[in-house]
Amino acid sequence: MAEPILQAEALTMRFGGLTAVDAVSFTASRGDITAIIGPNGAGKTTMFNCITGFYRPSDGRLRLFRDGTPVELQSLPGHRIARAGVARTFQNIRLFPGMTALENLLVAQHNTLMASTGFGIGALLGAPGYRRAEKRAIEKARHWLDATALLERADDPAGALPYGQQRRLEIARAMCTDPLLLCLDEPAAGLNPRESDELSALLRRIRDGGCSLLLIEHDMGVVMGISDRVVVLDHGKKIADGAPAEVRADPRVIAAYLGEGDEE
Amino acid sequence: MAYALQQLINGISLGMIYGLIAVGYTMVYGIIGMINFAHGDIFMVGAFIALISIVMLVSGGIMDGPAAILIVLLVSMCVTALYGWTVERVAYRPLRGSFRLAPLISAIGMSIVLQNYVQVAQGARVKPVEPLLPGGVEVLRAEAFVVQFSYMQMLIIAVTLGVLAVFTWLVTRTPLGRAMRACEQDRKMASLLGIDTDRTISLTFVIGAALAAVAGTMYLLRYGVIDFYIGFLAGVKAFTAAVLGGIGSLPGAVLGGLLIGLIETFWSAYFSVQYKDVAAFSILVLVLIFMPTGLLGRAEVEKV
Repeated sequence: MAEPILQAEALTMRFGGLTAVDAVSFTASRGDITAIIGPNGAGKTTMFNCITGFYRPSDGRLRLFRDGTPVELQSLPGHRIARAGVARTFQNIRLFPGMTALENLLVAQHNTLMASTGFGIGALLGAPGYRRAEKRAIEKARHWLDATALLERADDPAGALPYGQQRRLEIARAMCTDPLLLCLDEPAAGLNPRESDELSALLRRIRDGGCSLLLIEHDMGVVMGISDRVVVLDHGKKIADGAPAEVRADPRVIAAYLGEGDEE
Repeated sequence: MAYALQQLINGISLGMIYGLIAVGYTMVYGIIGMINFAHGDIFMVGAFIALISIVMLVSGGIMDGPAAILIVLLVSMCVTALYGWTVERVAYRPLRGSFRLAPLISAIGMSIVLQNYVQVAQGARVKPVEPLLPGGVEVLRAEAFVVQFSYMQMLIIAVTLGVLAVFTWLVTRTPLGRAMRACEQDRKMASLLGIDTDRTISLTFVIGAALAAVAGTMYLLRYGVIDFYIGFLAGVKAFTAAVLGGIGSLPGAVLGGLLIGLIETFWSAYFSVQYKDVAAFSILVLVLIFMPTGLLGRAEVEKV
């Protein structure tokens, strides 16, 4: 098996008496697109929130492998998780609506900018190092705006972009943090078939660029088309884990979906 | 006419001071959604630090003139910024994530602490300081009335505009400013992008306190007397200015400050000095009734 990028071990998240994620273990491999699927309420988003530091897991371990050395994510504060190399997008888009598309991408590069400018003091004094760093940051932002076909919207407020573009901008912003692992929460939600195809192509390009992906998705066309591996959750428990074709044929998976009355 | 012109000059220079303090209120409100009631007292601390440095520098006979004012200003900004940082660290940060009113009550407590601390350390009597920059320019002479634009008023307006220009540049053009705006719009998301939100909030308090220190220094130089209680009224006025301009909006804070300064000055000039505070606060009530978000404020949009 390939080198792991993320390893969850008996990950558990309880809200009062409700166990939303119940001792789930799985491994995502480096350079793979790993999809997490399951009926509504299966605990997918909760698990995502644990991985990205939005929630602190009640129990279990989460390890991110950074150059082969494991980083224990469950004990890090949110901004440290981001610095360790995890980026995410949201099911309900969370851009900074009042800032321009370009500024959204520059915020994501805050750490590199701050570090290369002596924590902002250089920026205040207009040091040449700062100008160079700022220029590099803008170049990177433009690269991702180009990759997501948003270059001509660079100076528009993010809140004014149409829905599909906001989704792509969120992915571009996440990529500007130079993540090892990009976590996408239903990136295809609300996209039309053509946009879904473009999204699949974008995600493949990101993977081929060396970033591993973790994906929650309801659109089975997208999941089966691009995933290298699929993890299936139901009622907070893992019920299947394997290549897309295997998972699709798994009777427990079929039962879970049909049992929920979900036509997907 | 000449009389009105004089009031305009007085009103603008007073309004600038309110505006500087109001920016501190509005910044903190924008980023963590609390009213920092200790901010007026931070302004008072800034004035006292300026007083102490003036006594040491000028009355000690070390320096004089504009250079002394510059040094006094810098010292006051640095030391007051430290106060601002400490207040946030001690009184607000431990309460983050607590219920909404907790930091508000803590802020009122901090305000009382600062007032009493200065009262004990510096005494309760009014402190005078000799004018550092006397004189002015005669703008207009109409019959017996002379319109004076004093050097001090020019200094206040110039320094305030300069400080606000630097501050605007900081907020709109630097990574720190971007981080501040990001925290303001979605703090959790900013943290997920790797921004240390605690540090960004600390820096907000530091910058707010430095601006209040500028206001405190200008107030001291303009009026020549301060006591430990000046923070209260100035703070309430500046808070009014921030609300008037639309709390959370930086240009709004400056605009609100100018309006409050002008209203107060013109009211005192044409009606009665005793009722100037009533006039300023009545305008606030009217604005809140007819424009609840203030002049430049945005309506609170439910986050989706």
